[in-house]
Amino acid sequence: MRITQGTFSFLPDLTDDQIAAQIHYALEHGWAMSVEHTDNPHPRSAYWEMWGTPLFDLPIEQVDVVLREVRACREAHPDEYVKLIAYDSSKGRQTTALSFIVQRPAQETEFRLDRTEGHDRLQRYRLYAA
Amino acid sequence: MNPTAAATDQKRDRWASGVTPYAEMGYFDADYEPKDTDILTAFRITPQPGVEPVEAAAAVAGESSTATWTVVWTDRLTAHENYQAKAYDVSPVPGREGEYIAKIAYDLDLFEEGSIANLTSSIIGNVFGFKALKALRLEDMRIPPHYVKTFQGPPHGIVMEREYLDKFGRPLLGATVKPKLGLSAKNYGRVVYEALRGGLDFTKDDENINSQPFMRWRDRYLHSIEGVNRAMARTGEVKGHYMNVTAATMEEMYERAEFAKELGSVIIMMDLTVGYTAMQSMSKWARRNGLILHLHRAGHGTYTRQKSHGVSFRVIAKWCRLLGVDHLHAGTVVGKLEGDPAMVKGYYDTLRLDHVPENLENGIFFDQDWASLPAVMPVASGGIHAGQMHQLLRYLGEDVVLQFGGGTIGHPMGIAAGATANRVAVEAMIQARNEGRDYYIEGPDILEKAAKGCPELNAALQVWKDVTFDFQSTDTPDYVVTPTLA
Repeated sequence: MRITQGTFSFLPDLTDDQIAAQIHYALEHGWAMSVEHTDNPHPRSAYWEMWGTPLFDLPIEQVDVVLREVRACREAHPDEYVKLIAYDSSKGRQTTALSFIVQRPAQETEFRLDRTEGHDRLQRYRLYAA
Repeated sequence: MNPTAAATDQKRDRWASGVTPYAEMGYFDADYEPKDTDILTAFRITPQPGVEPVEAAAAVAGESSTATWTVVWTDRLTAHENYQAKAYDVSPVPGREGEYIAKIAYDLDLFEEGSIANLTSSIIGNVFGFKALKALRLEDMRIPPHYVKTFQGPPHGIVMEREYLDKFGRPLLGATVKPKLGLSAKNYGRVVYEALRGGLDFTKDDENINSQPFMRWRDRYLHSIEGVNRAMARTGEVKGHYMNVTAATMEEMYERAEFAKELGSVIIMMDLTVGYTAMQSMSKWARRNGLILHLHRAGHGTYTRQKSHGVSFRVIAKWCRLLGVDHLHAGTVVGKLEGDPAMVKGYYDTLRLDHVPENLENGIFFDQDWASLPAVMPVASGGIHAGQMHQLLRYLGEDVVLQFGGGTIGHPMGIAAGATANRVAVEAMIQARNEGRDYYIEGPDILEKAAKGCPELNAALQVWKDVTFDFQSTDTPDYVVTPTLA
């Protein structure tokens, strides 16, 4: 299966040039950027591992700095999911502005659904990585 | 004992028994300077022939605050000047003979804290049937922060909803299950599953799917949540189905909402037809229980659409943000339902911005400061399809739920394919926008290129390419930008 989390999961995997263009857009807006990775992309998993601290205050000329971190994280975790996040700290937002997957493992995670019979036809569902 | 002649034979003054024009009773004051704490309204008034606009405006101010048709001496037992609403500006509407905009100020003390039912009973309670007026429309309101802060607003708001769903940087996608009436519960859940696994974030009950003989609510909820969970397992993404809890009584609404919660649904919905008190109760329930609350504006067209009479939708949007919903249908511009682009922009701004500046071209008559009240996610629904994605993004922006009902379920390759077409279209458009391309102009090319790698999108573009709903809007702004010579 293909995990479809993130802003661009229905497009073909982004090339590094396409990723650079998205980084440029984020830096233009003054957003901080960070790289995260995980081997368990459960849909409710809010905290992937951080690849260092977020990169704040980068001027738009330094798209490469972010791309370098993306590549370093991929190299260190070739069998994991890696995502790139842009964070908007402006008042009223103070949340993620963009978040997309920049590496998938060769063998993607499969999820299974467990069910337990409850009362009156109600079922309890449990989603887990196979 | 009778009063003496001397006591009753006073000269005709403010307090003389009988009928005195409202304007003379203090309900019009051209010199009044609104206080920061006042609630302000802009009414479009159409006086009957022979009725002075100022007197008509004063009558509206009077009837929506303290006045009755005749002088009452019991006013004198109160600090009445404080409680009298005051019309302070009456101006003709450009290009609309016989219509005037009356601005009226109301003291904050006239309203119960945190009650939309009370606010609306005052402002629109009595005046709309007033004989001296041919027509009356509430165009806009300024709610001061002092009153805003007596509400908590949306149970979650746009920011929390996105974090809850872990979906950022693009419009959310939904579809209303069709046909909206007649499907059995099992078939209904099939549509939910197919649309969600195909790529949508949400599916939705329609406004009138409550609990009919062909499908009772409990059966629908059980099958819908099966579809939601199966789709989550297929995609690894959070998915939701808006379970409509609209019912005849509050007790039944709570019962349905509790069951949706027990099933683990992330979202429920209700219809505007349930009324302000019911909506505010559900808002508090949704905050307490952690479910996103979607509101369908069922019925609003009966009073929002006509230019000269009723209540503008921007006012309804304000009330709904105050009483607290997370989603509100607010127009598509390009779809099948009424919505002038400038007016829709005004509704979207009202729902999403923290400070909405006066902007007559968009129908906004006052600055509105929301004092950090969370924002409402607008929902665009009704006659939209993947081929319009560039227009939708341009007119509606990124914080919006785009709902493609027919545009998903009517896809020639099936429901999941329809969902995929919509998702690919929105992601391709966001990618192009972020890359700095002029996506509005290049939109058709961007979609065509994305369709080369996606047969589902290609089929959608072929089927719906020529579908537009190009009709004149009835509710349009009267104030246009005057081109400057420079």
